[in-house]
Amino acid sequence: MKIGALKESQDGEARVAITPSTTAHLKKLGHEVHIETGAGARAGFSDADYEAAGVIIHPTPKALTEAVDVVVKVRPPEDAEIKRMHEGQTLISYFYPAQNAALLEAARVQGVTAIAMDMVPRISRAQKMDALSSMANIAGYRAVIEAANNFGRFFTGQVTAAGKVPPAKVLVVGAGVAGLAAIGTAVSLGAQVYAFDVRPEVAEQIESMGAEFVFLEFDEPAQDGAATGGYAAPSSPEFREKQLAKFRELAPQMDIVITTALIPGRDAPILWTKDMIEAMKPGSVIVDLAAEKGGNAELTQPDEKIVTENGVTIIGYTDFPSRMATQSSELYGNNIRHFLTDLTPAKDGKIVQNMEDDVIRGATVTHDGDITYPPPPPKIAAIAAQKPKEKKKELTPEERRAAEVAAFKAQTRSQVTLLAAGAVVMLLVGLFAPASFLSHFIVFVLAVFVGFQVIWNVSHSLHTPLMAITNAISSIIIVGALMQIGSGSWLVVLLAMLAVLMAGINIFGGFLVTRRMLAMFQKS
Amino acid sequence: MEQVVVISDPAVPAHLMAALPEFGFTTAAYVVAAVLFILSLGGLSGQESAKRAVWYGIAGMTLAVVATLLGPGSGNWLLSLVMIAIGGAIGWVVAKRVQMTEMPQLVAAMHSLVGLAAVFVGFNAQFELGRVTRLLRNNAAQTFEGFAAVLAHKTPPEIAMLKIEVALGIFIGAVTFTGSVVAYGKLAGKIDGKPRKLPGGHLLNAGALALVVLFTILYCAGVGPGTFWLLLITALAFFIGWHLIMGIGGADMPVVVSMLNSYSGWAAAMIGFTLGNDLLIVVGALVGSSGAILSYIMCKAMNRNFVSVILGGFGGTTGPAAEIEGEQIAIDAEGVAAALNEADSVIIVPGYGMAVAQAQGPVSELTRKLRAAGKEVRFAIHPVAGRLPGHMNVLLAEAKVPYDIVMEMDEINEDFPNTDVVIVIGSNDIVNPAAQEDPNSPIAGMPVLEVWKAKNVFVSKRGQGTGYSGIENPLFYKENTRMFYGDAKDSVNALLPLIE
Repeated sequence: MKIGALKESQDGEARVAITPSTTAHLKKLGHEVHIETGAGARAGFSDADYEAAGVIIHPTPKALTEAVDVVVKVRPPEDAEIKRMHEGQTLISYFYPAQNAALLEAARVQGVTAIAMDMVPRISRAQKMDALSSMANIAGYRAVIEAANNFGRFFTGQVTAAGKVPPAKVLVVGAGVAGLAAIGTAVSLGAQVYAFDVRPEVAEQIESMGAEFVFLEFDEPAQDGAATGGYAAPSSPEFREKQLAKFRELAPQMDIVITTALIPGRDAPILWTKDMIEAMKPGSVIVDLAAEKGGNAELTQPDEKIVTENGVTIIGYTDFPSRMATQSSELYGNNIRHFLTDLTPAKDGKIVQNMEDDVIRGATVTHDGDITYPPPPPKIAAIAAQKPKEKKKELTPEERRAAEVAAFKAQTRSQVTLLAAGAVVMLLVGLFAPASFLSHFIVFVLAVFVGFQVIWNVSHSLHTPLMAITNAISSIIIVGALMQIGSGSWLVVLLAMLAVLMAGINIFGGFLVTRRMLAMFQKS
Repeated sequence: MEQVVVISDPAVPAHLMAALPEFGFTTAAYVVAAVLFILSLGGLSGQESAKRAVWYGIAGMTLAVVATLLGPGSGNWLLSLVMIAIGGAIGWVVAKRVQMTEMPQLVAAMHSLVGLAAVFVGFNAQFELGRVTRLLRNNAAQTFEGFAAVLAHKTPPEIAMLKIEVALGIFIGAVTFTGSVVAYGKLAGKIDGKPRKLPGGHLLNAGALALVVLFTILYCAGVGPGTFWLLLITALAFFIGWHLIMGIGGADMPVVVSMLNSYSGWAAAMIGFTLGNDLLIVVGALVGSSGAILSYIMCKAMNRNFVSVILGGFGGTTGPAAEIEGEQIAIDAEGVAAALNEADSVIIVPGYGMAVAQAQGPVSELTRKLRAAGKEVRFAIHPVAGRLPGHMNVLLAEAKVPYDIVMEMDEINEDFPNTDVVIVIGSNDIVNPAAQEDPNSPIAGMPVLEVWKAKNVFVSKRGQGTGYSGIENPLFYKENTRMFYGDAKDSVNALLPLIE
């Protein structure tokens, strides 16, 4: 099949859907790769780079669209772009079908199979094609870089000859992919990072990235991210109040605030209100990654950078991935080629639109002249359901002390019982058994004790040699046979002879094999 | 050779007769030998001291044998030396030829020899006892040598005690013999590894045991011919050993082998009582307690009690197992190699599957390459991995994996969260998270290696399927787990050229 990438028509969009490096992978799948001239220019890939990778270049969007079977791009297509396509062609790009009913209808009328990269279901297998995640990752990283650029101080704390520099304090609200990427970047710049999320199960992830989880005391059944495919759901008004109170308390201390809170299919919730912005120190920076959906900060202006009266910078850019076009084209291109890998199961350049496949079905929004959005729920849940976790009860010092005392008493009791029982048995044996037996019995009991003490210290890794060596020395039974071999009875001599033979095999075999094994153990 | 003349006066109690002359040398040698054996076992606490410990054992054994041959108890030492030489030659050849993967069956085979030797020595004690009693009854002035001389000095209560010891020694020895033979067969693959029982199951064993007790009483009471009762006891013990071990599955063999190890020790100790030989008692007790501790460690590592393992099979589940969500995702060698090349820390978890596929050589080579690339590579060994306690350690040592990167479960379990890549090779139940997460799982509470806490887990496995216990493993369905299907040896070999 012929696959072609259009040059993005929207102003300020610098990304491109196919890069020279993804071309090689697509060719391996048996596809032919085309682009519109200049498509990669703003992402740092010249036409010459593409030509070197074996890409065919077309002068106009029209020529490209006519030449190929699959059109790929980044942003949702414009009307004109859809109109240029014909029946049987496939379009792969962002689509936002929920908000773009008209576009959906246009695609249907045109008979185009439209695949929405923003609709790839969130299951493990599809992670490699999840463009939302890969772009969010870049946005999170870039958000910290933008913040650092607009912040007048170091991120990291230093003690220099000229004086001490405190580390910047960063608060990340919403620990999704973008939030976690922001945490990671801010931590590696040396900032002191705090993070908040309504889903308590992400606390572990936050801490693993090196940030401190802002804990909210609240008695409400915790949100289960699994129910919503890993995204956050709206919270109750009481919870929201509590949350805002916490933010209000944190606002004056924070130098940088990065908000990433989005709820699928809704406007972004206002989490950083005007009074919080006013409470912040002059020179502080807010980066609002939710600006496209209205913003989490009350004063955010989408696509603008503003400075408030008290000197707080609020960055409301909506094109963070496009600001790192080379990197994001590379990742988006990889997402696209992974999707095409799934669409080309035989790697023979033939695309199979398998509507039974969860991932392909989920992302396809129009097919065969029908609108196939919304898709049925995937067969596999995105994330395993959270199991209710049992809370470990914290013991008070008194309780712990009591437990220790009880354990000690129980131990004493069992030991004393054992000793008493043992003594009674010994007494009984002593009453009935002859004296000569008892003297041997003492040796036996002592040997068992010594054995237990010695064997507990044997290293686990030497258990096999231990078995081999005990095997060899249990052949000490040869001593018994040797004492009987001089008997006057031929039967006894015969049996003793055999016993000596067998014990002999064991002695030599056991010691030799032990030595062989031990010689193998080498230190690095 | 020292000879004893027993005065033929039945009125004089035997113990008042001339005391058994003993060579002080022999007893002293036994003391030294016993100390050497204890040092030998104690030396196994570390890999370096163990190399010295073997020599203590060899010295102790040589001393004991030489002292016995020179001492008052022995006779016919030429025949003894010939038999030792023949046995030694056989043992030498076997020890030289055995593959390290065959260690479990070798150990089992060697236990069977000790068991059978104990049975023979026990019977001899009975024959000698009969002979001595007969001769004494005939009032003939008689010269006794060796063991017979010891017997001739026994008082009636001592003889009763002796009979109990003989019966016990023979019983334990016989159980050890057939049990070890069956264990050998199962480990060597000559007998089907699945648990099998005759109809009647453990009732048969219990019945046989009851008969053994009855016959022992009859034997000790001197009803009828003693040798006959002993033969019956031996036959029943043979049956118990065979039937008991037939009923235990292949993966429980670590417990069985260490139990048999323990029994062979107790048998030796019993024979020691019979012969009145303290060295035998001491060594038997050492070996017996060693095997008992090994069994205990194995059982604890499976969170099962000893009785339930020996009686065979897993206990019933207490409820429906938790459902597993997700899917098993396969990966190819390139994917695994890419992850390994990026990783800083790697932990390899080997299991019986590695031994079956003989993959230890390639695994060692992989380890060497990864370490040469500056990565931290370690091995995590579960106590019951393999078919013998410490089996994996020996295999890895054979493949020249340095022992200081081979860790026990308790040493390494906390390090998994900070590990980039875990490779599970041929193990299943010992890395099953259900043991911790699902209280209804048959292995709930069993200590397991927490591999799923690592960033990436690769499972090398022949195909989809459950482990020995037949329990589904949720690890295979985890988001950070990828299945690397194929023969372990081929899989690891495929990885080798891809590691930078």
